[in-house]
Amino acid sequence: MLDLLNGFVAELRLAGLPVSLTENLDAMEAVRHIPLEDREAFKYALAATLVKSNAHWKAFDTVFEVYFSMRGPEFKVGEDGDLSELMDQIWSDTEQGQPQQGGAMEGLTPEELAQMLYKALMEGDQAVLAAIARQAVKRFAGMEPGRPVGGTYYLYRTLRNLDLEGVLERLMEEARGKGDLTSLEERLLKDEYDARITKLRQEIEAEIRRRLVADRGSQAMAKTLRKPLPEDVDFMHASREELLALRKALQPLTRKLAVRLARKRRHGRKGPLDFRSTVRHSLSYGGVPAEPKFKFPRPAKPEIIVLADISGSVAAFARFTLHLVYAISGQFSKVRSWVFIDGIDEVTSYFEGVEDIAEAVHRVNTEADVIWVDGHSDYGHAFEAFWKEHARDITPKTTVLLLGDARNNYHASNSWVVAEMRKKARHVYWLNPEPRSYWDTGDSIVGEYGTHLDGVWECRNLRQLERFVDVLD
Amino acid sequence: MADARFESVSAVRDGLKGAEYLADDGIAGVVYLADRLGKPILVEGPAGTGKTELAKSVAKATGARLIRLQCYEGLDESKALYEWNYKKQLLRIQAQRVAEEAGSWNEIEDDIFSEDFLLTRPLLEAIRATEPVVLLIDEVDRVEVETEALLLEILSDYQVSIPELGTVVATQIPLVFLTSNNTRELSEALKRRCLFLHIDYPTLEREREIVLTKVPGISEHLADEIVRIVRSIRSLELKKSPSVSETLDWARTLLLLDVQSIDAEQAKSTLNILLKYQSDIAKATKELSA
Repeated sequence: MLDLLNGFVAELRLAGLPVSLTENLDAMEAVRHIPLEDREAFKYALAATLVKSNAHWKAFDTVFEVYFSMRGPEFKVGEDGDLSELMDQIWSDTEQGQPQQGGAMEGLTPEELAQMLYKALMEGDQAVLAAIARQAVKRFAGMEPGRPVGGTYYLYRTLRNLDLEGVLERLMEEARGKGDLTSLEERLLKDEYDARITKLRQEIEAEIRRRLVADRGSQAMAKTLRKPLPEDVDFMHASREELLALRKALQPLTRKLAVRLARKRRHGRKGPLDFRSTVRHSLSYGGVPAEPKFKFPRPAKPEIIVLADISGSVAAFARFTLHLVYAISGQFSKVRSWVFIDGIDEVTSYFEGVEDIAEAVHRVNTEADVIWVDGHSDYGHAFEAFWKEHARDITPKTTVLLLGDARNNYHASNSWVVAEMRKKARHVYWLNPEPRSYWDTGDSIVGEYGTHLDGVWECRNLRQLERFVDVLD
Repeated sequence: MADARFESVSAVRDGLKGAEYLADDGIAGVVYLADRLGKPILVEGPAGTGKTELAKSVAKATGARLIRLQCYEGLDESKALYEWNYKKQLLRIQAQRVAEEAGSWNEIEDDIFSEDFLLTRPLLEAIRATEPVVLLIDEVDRVEVETEALLLEILSDYQVSIPELGTVVATQIPLVFLTSNNTRELSEALKRRCLFLHIDYPTLEREREIVLTKVPGISEHLADEIVRIVRSIRSLELKKSPSVSETLDWARTLLLLDVQSIDAEQAKSTLNILLKYQSDIAKATKELSA
């Protein structure tokens, strides 16, 4: 048991979760108090002691499922058992586990299976859905022992064969045909079916994972399934699901940052010496200025100007940063933003008086006029155009944020603009979503701009973005 | 632990059910573990999912007294732990002078720093209580990081050190709940000492149960419709998703309006109970009627 838990904790640490020694001890203590045969209780006991942040829950869940999947009651033969024997056992488990379906499932034609799926979804029958998930994986995924393919490939194959969207469409049509549904009822029904289908997908994913673990062993699987935590996901290479998770993580983050910035202003350093008040108070000490008085600090909120490259490669990054900056815009006296590819366009108005920032960001990406010649990034031209029009908008109170990877497609850099900006502005920062090791390779000229800047920050993920906003003042 | 409050996980669930709180396996399991291990629980989750309610219900289920410390910015030792009753001390000194001219100063000093002159604040009160208590430290994320340190001694050793008196050790270990809305990251030291429980929006079935228990007189049909609409609304991308307490408010409203079955019109006209932002309401209206 001790070894088992230690191995699990080591695996969690590899997945990036911070687990301290005391937490490890707590977990050991905790599992003594719960019945070990109850898998769910075991999981919650471990989660409560080892995971201290909700964002880490998903990572924990995956590791747990993989690490403890082999050791479930139905796989008693142990880890050292013969591989094919193990596979057989799992497959036979499919039939034994479902007495009411029995061996009949084997003999079903694909049409019958589809019909069964349709019915099960309509009635929301969990047991049948689980059985179908297993059968579908067995039949459609085409899993072969030792084949070096990721789980997503099998998932894709299974889902393509089940054609869940088509099933949903048929379900809805049937519902519509049955009677006159109001639009509200229709919507609710669709959500209900959606929820059931999501459940089925999860079943299928779990089944594939189970089989992969049986094939390759939990150690290897844990490695391939290791996913970065939301705050560590790279902006430039995030998948669609990861982007969604990122968007969700963004909202609590903005709240946190706003609170932190406001607190910093309030509790920040004292103001300059208040000479009059000090002299006035010195009277009570016989004219000795024993108690220096300071002016009430009135830190000026900075003005922010954002210039963001929104060409394909860095668009996601620009979106996130714009979203973040506007979400905490209450902490700044003014925020103005421009976006560019090779032309440049001001987008401040899109955000004015809008409650829904995500919507505004979407409009920026679709409506802004940023193409000048060919739609390939040209930082030099964009900066020059900005400078011609808006140079006088930059004041000593302004902090300028330049966002982009500085891949200039070998155009002229016009870095004199950045140098001029820095002379006028309070600070000029560059945020680069590329890893530091890629800077100044190929057509990246971030180094050339960097010589004129107050700082170039690597901003590949939310964690780094958060760290940058923290120093912003 | 000798004086365990709960026999098993299911005992927790039943106990809480008696106090009108429907716990799922996760919640009941963590409460049970906290009782067994004698550790505080850090409860996190969106606003209005019943974090504070959990502590109250546990107190009710175990018949313990609930001691609550509401956290806020600027909370300090004298508000959270203890304070010397300065005025009473002054009076004591003066009374002594009148009675017997210049008694020994040491005597007086020993006297005025005794428990008679101590004003106990929630944390000390929970430690000193002889009867079973549940300590609720509400919205712990509102205090500054430095103030968090105040809690550490209590949370790990269940004791308070008072320089003039020595260490006060708990006679019985209270069940401690800390709630957080996650407006900032709590310190590692604090997290390490606690069991972590995240309460999210409930599943469809559980929310229906909650509506049925908390809103007496509501029909099953209506409750079912309510939670299904709420689920649909939660799946939208909103500034603030409706919480359980808002679901309950909505259910009560519909009951008062004597609604048997919700249609799109009624849903739209009462949406402002579920949602608190104009843009959210507009979005939900559009989605529901689409």
